[in-house]
Amino acid sequence: MNPEKVVFGFFIVLSLTLNFGFFVGELDNPEHHNVYELFAVLVVNLIATILKFGDRSQMGAVLLATSLVAILQLLAAALVWTVAIHITGTGLTPEITASIVSLSGGAMLANVISVILLIIETVMLRR
Amino acid sequence: MNTIVYLIFRRMRRPLLTLLIVYSVSILGLVLIPGQDASGNPWRMDFFHAFYFVSFMSTTIGFGEIPYEFTDAQRLWVSLSMYAGVIAWLYAIGTILTLVQDKTFQDAIAEHRFARRIRGQRQPFYLICGYGETGSALVRGLTDVGQHVVVIERDAQRANMIKLENLRDYVPTLHGDAQKPLHLQEAGLESPCCEAVVAVTNDNEANLKIAISSKLLHPSIKVICRADSADVEKNMASFGTDHIIDPYETFATYLSTALRVPCLYLMQRWLIGHIGDCRLADPVYPPKSQHWVVCGYGRFGKAVHQRLVEEGIEVRVVEARPDLTGEPRHGVILGRGTEADTLLQADIETAGGLIAGTDNDANNLSIVVTARDLNPNLFIVLRQNQSDNGSIIDAVKADMVMHPSRIIADRIRMLLGTPMLHRFITQAYHRDNDWSCELVSRISAIVGRCVPELEEVSIDEYHAEAVTDALGEGEHIRIGDLLHDSWQRDRQIRCIVLLLQRGEEEILLPGPETGVQPGDRLLVCAGRGGLRRLYWNMQNAGILSYVRTGEVRTHGWLWSKLFRNGSGNGH
Repeated sequence: MNPEKVVFGFFIVLSLTLNFGFFVGELDNPEHHNVYELFAVLVVNLIATILKFGDRSQMGAVLLATSLVAILQLLAAALVWTVAIHITGTGLTPEITASIVSLSGGAMLANVISVILLIIETVMLRR
Repeated sequence: MNTIVYLIFRRMRRPLLTLLIVYSVSILGLVLIPGQDASGNPWRMDFFHAFYFVSFMSTTIGFGEIPYEFTDAQRLWVSLSMYAGVIAWLYAIGTILTLVQDKTFQDAIAEHRFARRIRGQRQPFYLICGYGETGSALVRGLTDVGQHVVVIERDAQRANMIKLENLRDYVPTLHGDAQKPLHLQEAGLESPCCEAVVAVTNDNEANLKIAISSKLLHPSIKVICRADSADVEKNMASFGTDHIIDPYETFATYLSTALRVPCLYLMQRWLIGHIGDCRLADPVYPPKSQHWVVCGYGRFGKAVHQRLVEEGIEVRVVEARPDLTGEPRHGVILGRGTEADTLLQADIETAGGLIAGTDNDANNLSIVVTARDLNPNLFIVLRQNQSDNGSIIDAVKADMVMHPSRIIADRIRMLLGTPMLHRFITQAYHRDNDWSCELVSRISAIVGRCVPELEEVSIDEYHAEAVTDALGEGEHIRIGDLLHDSWQRDRQIRCIVLLLQRGEEEILLPGPETGVQPGDRLLVCAGRGGLRRLYWNMQNAGILSYVRTGEVRTHGWLWSKLFRNGSGNGH
């Protein structure tokens, strides 16, 4: 058992589950989407990305790429949220909420790909 | 570059994770802990402000509490976060600093810089493996005449020495093992600009390995190797190594040249001398009528012994350990030769020549001094094993000195810089001594006491535009035409054409009547300024027509237009 793989697997799956938790609910209803959950997804995803730094294998490079995509989407979501609340002061209107949640949905897709890649790698190892 | 990026990222993983965790815990804490606004209403910090505050908290402590003054609970949390943040930052910065000083990291950067430099190399260069005595002499010789070289050396100290050598050109140096194909590739083996690989490490096996790798990775490249044993030589020759240089055989060839054609030997020493050296060697005449004494029957002793016997000279061999070295057919005289007894047994008093050829410089010097006491008229050939001993070896004033590193370096310099000289000498070897002596006096007349400049001149559009143009118009140009002085036509410039190469055909010492054709290559030996004058004659159409016919023709556009208009209007 490789502890590095355990830790990475843990964080990538956790970021997917948290991401899913934030994503589910009505698309444009701010009540269904918790800001703490978005924060947690962002942090866990950052950890997963840093864990893939300096991995020279092909799989490591692809996983780094998918994690970076997820980070980008989540940062965009967080930025939209901040702008809406603090800068323009429009608040979480249904349109804004929808755009935040769909951005996080994109991140979730990237996380799904990461997990699939992880599963493929594991299956290949077994053989 | 990739290695460096990966190395940095790999090392930075842990510090970055630490920073990330400290930041997120601090932010989360600030968001969760209740505070109050300016008028005392309960208020909670949001993520945006928490992120902003934490970002400047550890780096600029004392910036202030925003957006409202903190409650005591918040202050407690912030003071803990501050310590955690500062420690995390110190850890991250400390790791970066350690990384910068790390040996692996520095090596990776040096290797990357080297590889980038080689990739950017747009001029032809030679790859030299091994920077020992031979390598350094070769690098100096080549850079002095404006050639570019790249060096691979296994020993870090030696590799660093290149920077202190004060060479004319920057020499990229890779500290690495040339036996590894990767290092050869990094040093530009596969680059189209790499013209030759020279393997002159002190290890036969390493040279062999370099030769094989080079021939496999870049088949058309010229490979020159040093080899000290017949076995390795055969092995190298078997896969097409272009030139294999055995210092002992090379010197033995010089010795037989000196015996058979003394003037050619002298000319050869002049032609492969270092440019700028104004102490031309004096001729030597090794005696052929008396017998010779050879001390030391190792690889060197065997090589010279064979040549002396071929010249019909009687040889007495002195060797201390014939059980290790073997012995010639007529036996050996036991002893080192450093004591008078053994030398007397070899009839040193009536001998013509002495070869002090053991692998120990002190013994060789001792042999020479003892032998001179017994017979002051000896012709002395001295083997020098270490460069450091140069001054004492010079003090003995031997007639010929055999210094392996210098012999190899000079020979490789010739093969790389002026390969036609090699062919010239091979052809001249079959002429008689008078032919060489006459040529030596001609060379001496144009160069005075300085080493002649030697260059291979191509008759092509780049080097001889005027000549190719004139030949293209169907005119006939002779070598003699090119050698007139462009200031005064009845004088000659200081150049001698030693060899003309036209495809497979070679003309030794072509006369002034010999015509030139496009694509010819000339081996030119020149005194000071001679080459420059020759290039003027070949590149400027006006000058070329003057040196050929003695008429001054004008070629300026304005001038010829005026001239034509003037005559056309009948003024």
